[in-house]
Amino acid sequence: MSKRDLLTEVWRRPAGIRALTEVNNVYVGRYFIATAFTFFIFAGILALLIRLQLAVPDNDLLDPVAYNQIFTMHGTAMMFLVAVPIMEGFAVYLLPQMLGARDLPFPRLSAFGYWCYVLGGILLFSSFLFGAAPLDGWFMYPPLSLSQFSPGVNADFWLLGITFVEISALTAAVEIIVGVMKTRAPHMRLQDMPIFGWYMLVTALMIIFAFPPLLVGDAMLEGERAFGFPFFDAARGGDPVMWQHLFWIFGHPEVYIIFLPAAGIVSTILPVMVGRPLVAHNLFILSAVSTGFISFGLWVHHMFTVGIPHLSLNFFSAASMAVAIPSGIQVFGWIATLWGTRPKMTTPLLFILGFLFIFSFGGLTGVMVASVPFDWQVHDTQFVVAHFHYVLVGGMIFPVFAALYYWMPLHSGRMMSERVGKWVFWLKFIGFNLTFGPLHFAGLLGMPRRVYLHPEELGLGPINFVSTIGAFMMGVAALLFIIDLIRHHRHGPIAGSNPWNAGSLEWAGTTPMAPSGSTSLPPVQCRYPLWEDRSLNDRVQAGEFYMAIPATGGRETMRTGSISGEPEQVIVLPGPTWIPLAAAISVAFMIVGGLLYEGWMILVGGVVTLSLLVRWSWSTDYRHPEEIVNVGMNTRLPTYGSAPDSHAWWGLATALLADLAAYGGLLFCYFYMWTVAPEWPPEGIEATGERLPVAIAAAILILGSVIVQGSVIALRRGHAWIAKLAMPLAALAGLAWIGLELGVALDAWPEPQAHNYPTMAWAVLAYNMLHVLVAVLMALVVTLRLWLGLVTPERSIMIDNTALFWHTTLAFALVGVGVVHFYPLMLQGG
Amino acid sequence: MQSALHPAGPEAAEVANLWWAMFVGSILIMILVVGMIAWGLLRARGDEKLAGKTMIYLFGIGLPLVTLTALIYFSVDLTTRSRSGDTVAATIEVVGKRWWWEVRYPGAAPDGSDIITANEIRIPAGQPVEIYLSTTDVIHSFWVPAIAGKLDMIPGRLNRMVIQADEPGEYRGQCAEFCGEQHALMAFMLVAQPPEEYAAWLEAQARPAPEPEDPFLARGRDAFLDAGCGTCHRVRGTTADGVLGPDLTHVGSRLTIGAGTLPNGIGPLAGWIADSQSIKPRNLMPNFNNFDGETLRAIAAWLESLE
Repeated sequence: MSKRDLLTEVWRRPAGIRALTEVNNVYVGRYFIATAFTFFIFAGILALLIRLQLAVPDNDLLDPVAYNQIFTMHGTAMMFLVAVPIMEGFAVYLLPQMLGARDLPFPRLSAFGYWCYVLGGILLFSSFLFGAAPLDGWFMYPPLSLSQFSPGVNADFWLLGITFVEISALTAAVEIIVGVMKTRAPHMRLQDMPIFGWYMLVTALMIIFAFPPLLVGDAMLEGERAFGFPFFDAARGGDPVMWQHLFWIFGHPEVYIIFLPAAGIVSTILPVMVGRPLVAHNLFILSAVSTGFISFGLWVHHMFTVGIPHLSLNFFSAASMAVAIPSGIQVFGWIATLWGTRPKMTTPLLFILGFLFIFSFGGLTGVMVASVPFDWQVHDTQFVVAHFHYVLVGGMIFPVFAALYYWMPLHSGRMMSERVGKWVFWLKFIGFNLTFGPLHFAGLLGMPRRVYLHPEELGLGPINFVSTIGAFMMGVAALLFIIDLIRHHRHGPIAGSNPWNAGSLEWAGTTPMAPSGSTSLPPVQCRYPLWEDRSLNDRVQAGEFYMAIPATGGRETMRTGSISGEPEQVIVLPGPTWIPLAAAISVAFMIVGGLLYEGWMILVGGVVTLSLLVRWSWSTDYRHPEEIVNVGMNTRLPTYGSAPDSHAWWGLATALLADLAAYGGLLFCYFYMWTVAPEWPPEGIEATGERLPVAIAAAILILGSVIVQGSVIALRRGHAWIAKLAMPLAALAGLAWIGLELGVALDAWPEPQAHNYPTMAWAVLAYNMLHVLVAVLMALVVTLRLWLGLVTPERSIMIDNTALFWHTTLAFALVGVGVVHFYPLMLQGG
Repeated sequence: MQSALHPAGPEAAEVANLWWAMFVGSILIMILVVGMIAWGLLRARGDEKLAGKTMIYLFGIGLPLVTLTALIYFSVDLTTRSRSGDTVAATIEVVGKRWWWEVRYPGAAPDGSDIITANEIRIPAGQPVEIYLSTTDVIHSFWVPAIAGKLDMIPGRLNRMVIQADEPGEYRGQCAEFCGEQHALMAFMLVAQPPEEYAAWLEAQARPAPEPEDPFLARGRDAFLDAGCGTCHRVRGTTADGVLGPDLTHVGSRLTIGAGTLPNGIGPLAGWIADSQSIKPRNLMPNFNNFDGETLRAIAAWLESLE
């Protein structure tokens, strides 16, 4: 068997039904993109229905219920099922090969995320079959979304479906962060990383901090709908505005989570089209990072009409305008890059120029709505509808089309039609501006958003008619694209090797791209390796560099230094497995149980999911029989790395950042209520309890953490027997803490349904109990593996990660205990 | 007119000016961007002084810094001056309901009681009035584009804004926060009147409904009361004292019915009573289509007479 054959063999996708077990990024990435594109078409059809209904005044094509379902699902699908996943898809598909790796570090996690996404998406759209599609708008403001005003399962479809889909965003984010930091090409320093990697790194970090607060909000809203916990019900001390904060703390960064990958795409393709490196590479990185930071400080600009004091309005107004500066840097950076070049007007370039025009315009109207008094007028009107379509369609859809045309040869080995591409572009570009340009004026002339009709007397007929014509032009463009997409698989010109003459490594080798990525992994010390060394492509294909032969005999990729890119380890990657799909299906079972209010389904699904996760974790701490292998280029690398060097440790640490963000969201709510409510805690309601048992419980939990750390140290020194005996004690300590806390709370606190104050306290406690429960479970799994000899001084990732989780849980719990038991007493001087 | 571009009050006027200034500025910036792209692709040689990073510093950082500083300055100034103020000529409470507006003038009747009306807000022209905004169900948003920007009505909160209409006139307003099925048809009229007319209107509104002038109107009133309309509607001076729906004591004096859905008149009133579910599907009033034609006309005529 030749080198190439072995490489191909280990990365081959299983045939037949077992194709569903594939976890490789080259497949999973494309599944993501194809699925997101399918949802894009569905959501686009909903958009055409919206435009048909609004085409003429007083139209009765759709009744208000159908219309509300359609616009809610249009927005929801475009944001959650199209914009974010398609970018995750591009990242999963392209990043490993672009960075010179063979796959992402956690292939099964990508696959699990994908299955959650596609099942969640199908679940959401299936609501139409039951006539129960969500109809409260994509930001689901309570009290409209509470059961009093939305009694059906419509809102549950949204809350449960979106939570399900969000899993995929978080798994992809963990994957991308660890992938970018730990699995680059040999010797690729962080500063030499392709710009797309930087943009995706920032995006993934933003996902880690922005999505968890939304999940917390979803859980609260569903908790209020299903069990009557008064988080938002004003009559029982809750505050509907709290949801708006949670939603927009997620929702504003979300806009940049969508835009930044697109900016990364543009910054990758434009230099290729004009044949010159990006001007001011470092300024682009700076812009991406600062956009990421600033975007977390803007959320209140979605709430200017809530009645917030003018001083904070002015602060958020100024912050919102400040984000225009990094955008300005990027726009003029792109112009500087194309300056003085005479590029061929290819379809990807056209879409990038279209993007520059539309996005700039959307940015300008964005500055306008950042002005508080102007926003008072146009907020919740068609002006805002026009503005965010300029930002999102211009800032995301146009770059996505550029990306589809540009990277299509990697998938199909063929080029799409340039002639059809120009038609697609012009129809889309003109259609888009016709649709949304006039809507700015519709808003100024008094047309709110989310109205199913506009009365004749408002005189909005002509504007809306033009807008509808534009929408159908975009529809024709999408149709042409699909026809060409299908046609080119058979009739498109063969692309061959590096058809665009690109500089980045995903084009090393021939098209279509092999699942393994390039034949050998070249050392990289510049940003555009294929430009720097014109012979590199041939040498990569000849297998001159690293890992041309699978050193461990199976799927593998190289772990490299976070900053330096120095080779550190060969990561043995898992191959095809049913676990991700099975786990996603069992989660889906739980979700459907939640929709039907069937407790047994939730229970069964939960137990199955948990078992699958334990089974999954069982195979994570893999140790290859050969400790050191030859990876070529006279380099020998270990096949095992212990925490905190290992990718597994990085993965958990990243996931815990998301956990921290969720906890932060919850604590934000807790303290938010203390700040906004005039009298808090309310008269006659106590939720603190006896301090002594709480203090004892805390001491026990600290002891648990000490035991775990002691076990880690004992194991490292070779005393496995200490760890074997001590770890179960840690589990016991965790259970004791839960028991004691539960006792105090049940004894002293009112039931959560009574008032927002005990609800918030219970929520903080429940969050920590869940963590301690997971920590207990991890301690038990480690105990079992210790006794089976699967955790040893040489194979310690599992116990190291368990320790990391324990200490984090302890820190969370101590904060939680302080917050619910001691903080209120402190304020009262008790 | 329901238009922010046809302002009739100080806040709306300043915002309209701000809009036109920003609009012209944006067009100029777009011309710059498109011009630079075109020039850069077709004419530029690439080694000009302005090329490369200079371009980014100048246009990407310098230009936004200057324009944004100016914009923030004007915007903050306008925000600070808007909506507040202690000297007011009238105090009005507007309560958002699915999908109509209750309007109260606390203590405005001669005997010190509240005047309650619906879907029509009358104010003295040329004078600042304060509006208190609240809701009894979901979130709504109060918006009269020609007068001022919007402010939300949120459960558990009371929002206040001061507005002013410069000239007498009728200005349409509409709910701006999505509030369910009939968000689209939740409108109202803001009517600014010369202060003396406004005072006279207040006085008229304070009076209970007059006795029917003829048997036909009396028949209408009796049918109205017999059909149980008083469960939801109040007509002061009769036994109808419901509070779920709009107060109809002076419904005849209003410009529209159904929260801005139809012009007022005997025909529309009769149509609304018999078949409001076709006119405004899913509004909270059921169809009352079991009246004979004559009775229906009588009810509508009686309501129309309540001026």
